[in-house]
Amino acid sequence: MERHFDEELKDLNARILKMGALAEEAIMSSVKSLKEQDKALALKVIDSDKQIDMMELEIEERCLEMLALHQPIAIDLRFITTAMKLNNELERIADLAVDIAQRVLEIVDKPLLKPLVDIPKLCAIAQSMVKQGIDAFVNRDIELAKKVVLTDPEADKLRNFVQDELINDYIAKDKSTAPRAVPLLLIARHLERICDHATNIAEDVIYMVQAKVVRHHPEKLE
Amino acid sequence: MDRRIVKIEARDINFFYGSRQALSSVSIEIYKNQVTAIIGPSGCGKSTFIRLLNRMNELVPNTSLKGAILLEEEDIFDPSVDPVEIRRRIGMVFQKPNPFPKSIFENVSYGLKINGITDGNFIEKKVGESLKKAALWDEVKDRIHENALKLSGGQQQRLCIARCLAVEPEVLLFDEPCASLDPISTSKIEELILELKKYYTIVIVTHNMQQAARVSDYTAFFLLGELIEFGKTQDIFTAPKDKRTEDYITGRFG
Repeated sequence: MERHFDEELKDLNARILKMGALAEEAIMSSVKSLKEQDKALALKVIDSDKQIDMMELEIEERCLEMLALHQPIAIDLRFITTAMKLNNELERIADLAVDIAQRVLEIVDKPLLKPLVDIPKLCAIAQSMVKQGIDAFVNRDIELAKKVVLTDPEADKLRNFVQDELINDYIAKDKSTAPRAVPLLLIARHLERICDHATNIAEDVIYMVQAKVVRHHPEKLE
Repeated sequence: MDRRIVKIEARDINFFYGSRQALSSVSIEIYKNQVTAIIGPSGCGKSTFIRLLNRMNELVPNTSLKGAILLEEEDIFDPSVDPVEIRRRIGMVFQKPNPFPKSIFENVSYGLKINGITDGNFIEKKVGESLKKAALWDEVKDRIHENALKLSGGQQQRLCIARCLAVEPEVLLFDEPCASLDPISTSKIEELILELKKYYTIVIVTHNMQQAARVSDYTAFFLLGELIEFGKTQDIFTAPKDKRTEDYITGRFG
């Protein structure tokens, strides 16, 4: 039996999907602005964050309203509380994209320290983890959510690799490279943080579908 | 951790009104000093079930029962058991408040008198205690000899609870006790139930999901005479195991 409430749940689903798309785009654009040394694009990423912030507030208000008016239980309750968490995670992800754009602005006028190899790889992982996390939410796809959680160590590894390389091969050898190296190092770190938020999203999706908390309990993934 | 004591155990209950089966193979344990909520759509057998627990269904002609209901391991349907004694030990509060058209005092003392108690001082003490336990004393202490029908619906319902308590029951059965009450009276009854569970074992039939969630420790979901799911209330309401339970509690049923 279709309930009126289901329309509201569908609307919430669509809003999270849209917010996910905006967050994904922010990640992509921020790294693109680095690759192409594109100041305007970096500024655009910073500016478009306002829209995501507004969306976050709207979604939160919606969720609170639904909780108060419908007093949902069981899957409805898990869906709405998960949407609220995803909402926060996506907003944080967009903030990290802004952080990346700000780092880009710090180095955009100088030549790149080195050709970018691992940062674009890390960016691709981050973007795909966010996308898959949201897809898992929309399709209630546990297997996809698990895949996201299991991808996170890869991101950690890449981040460490970028960090070691920048410190050992550049900063340690020539201190004057620091102003160009440190922003890159931070960008790798921001991207890795995005992956952490995507992991949270995936773990929340697993809770929503299976009512099983896997956060801080990696052994429960199986 | 798990210190549940079984107060009532229903074993494989099958119950028939004539040839129509109202309950099929229901087995459940009701734990001492816990509130057990029974939920399910109309006609699912929940009232039938709760009425079996104090042998009220015997008052309906042409019914038959298979299975056993144990009150502290004693079969309440054993021929040696006096149904009146069972109904004293297991009191019941109904959907509509049903005070006798007598004074407040007489309503509460009624059960004592039919149990053969004549000591006036004892009766007076017991009436006061019962009204206090039912959270009604402060509202009626100055007019205890007035007709009970002058009380509001919510007060009448608490009076019916006091009337149950006077005969020192062990279990209280509530059959939709708030169905005819406003939200304030409802919340008073709910508060009272949470207070009373310190002393009694409570079973409540309710159509109000939020009420079941608020007051009960365990929830049983009945459908078409079967017990579909039984578990801790927090589990049933956050993550029910059976799809039918989920469909019912989220209002998707049908």
